[in-house]
Amino acid sequence: MIRTAGEHGLLVETGSLEASHRLDAALRAERPEEVVEIVPGPETVLVVAPGADRERLRARLSSLTDQVREGAGMTDGPVVTIPVVYDGADLESVAGLAGLPVEEVIARHTGRELVVGWLGFAPGFAYLTGLDPVLHMPRLDTPRTSVPAGSVAVAGPYSAVYPAASPGGWRLLGRTSTPVWDVSADPPSLFRPGMRVRFEPA
Amino acid sequence: MIEVVAPGPYATVQDLGRPGLAHLGVPCSGAADAPSLRLANRLVGNPEGLAGVELTFGMARLRFHDAAWVALAGAPLASGADMGAPFWVPAGAELRLGPPVWGLRTYLAVRGGIEVEPVLGSRSTDSLSGLGPAPLRPGTLLPVGRPLGEISADLAPPPGPRPAVLRILPGPRDDWFAPGAPAGLCARPYTVTQDSNRVGVRLRGPEVVRARRGELPSEGMVLGAVQVPPSGQPIVFLADHPPTGGYPVIGVVRAADVPVAAQLRPGDEVRFTLRG
Repeated sequence: MIRTAGEHGLLVETGSLEASHRLDAALRAERPEEVVEIVPGPETVLVVAPGADRERLRARLSSLTDQVREGAGMTDGPVVTIPVVYDGADLESVAGLAGLPVEEVIARHTGRELVVGWLGFAPGFAYLTGLDPVLHMPRLDTPRTSVPAGSVAVAGPYSAVYPAASPGGWRLLGRTSTPVWDVSADPPSLFRPGMRVRFEPA
Repeated sequence: MIEVVAPGPYATVQDLGRPGLAHLGVPCSGAADAPSLRLANRLVGNPEGLAGVELTFGMARLRFHDAAWVALAGAPLASGADMGAPFWVPAGAELRLGPPVWGLRTYLAVRGGIEVEPVLGSRSTDSLSGLGPAPLRPGTLLPVGRPLGEISADLAPPPGPRPAVLRILPGPRDDWFAPGAPAGLCARPYTVTQDSNRVGVRLRGPEVVRARRGELPSEGMVLGAVQVPPSGQPIVFLADHPPTGGYPVIGVVRAADVPVAAQLRPGDEVRFTLRG
């Protein structure tokens, strides 16, 4: 289903994050004229195209969506490795909540390849999906007023690296010196939707 | 160089923002009432997308270290300078601007444009993410660029206030609300609240009732989206809106009416309509 999001936007329901990533990649590979924004989400892709022929764009998106629903996962991209110093303020409490020793929390966090789901909350803030379910944690009851840039954290079913210092309620496992956000770089974000990510002990 | 003696209640540098980066979590930002910034730029012979100053409730005082052609558009100011026509400010003069007669945001363009350092291709202050220059403060120095092109227009009669009516297209999530909710949204006026800003116009009025419980997975948000948080009090997204969000959007304000929303003041009444 393709929903209307105002005069310039179409919201494509893809049904899954994988299909969102495939539609996003297909649209970026062959970007229809007038398309300004392509914003993948867990079950949708928003396409913003002021001045586009809407019916033509709708038809194009519809046929692309049918194709990507049947496609395989995107497993051919490069894997970004993020070295982490596991000394976060919440490492002990996460271990307590998970009922695991700290070493096992680290092993579980580094043991799986994660996928960049989408970005939001702040520029360069990526929701990394595929986290070991034992590390799925509620957010802190009281968010911190400032979390340093490079903090590696978990909340809900996601992990993330704070791209810049900001307030935050995620549980901090450690920190990385790999910059994930740099306004002088092109693209400014290390993480893009669909990219594969692996954490490793620094 | 232009020296900010006093910025008024809130003033920022704005151009047309950072489109194309929403998938990296970057709001578009840019002038909240973009047609007014474009007009002010045209009046001083600038390309429409050069950076100017967005004043909120006017009241700014600016000292011009160098002489310049300047134009104002958007919310018309009660005193200090003419609207809708370029005027000459001599070197060393201080421009003292009054409050707007109606509307909220006034745009000051200077021939050559404001040339603060761009971030990701734009000089706009993004109040949500913090990208771009800090909001203006007393003492802020604004460099002015070299003029390009010629001044060709010498008068653009400023338009009067447009009625506070926002035309909406239902969706994308009107099915998350009780049947007839978009018509219900249009039935009675809403009041603009004090906590409105460049992110959105926050409204108070009849509760927009949801039909579906639970959480909507995060999805892309568009300019002009009327988002309904659990309180049932709608928010109309402006230039600094978050690129993604998890509250359902009942309708989207037509592009031509977004500048009307951007000129609403706290306390103003506004209506939605499905007509037009």
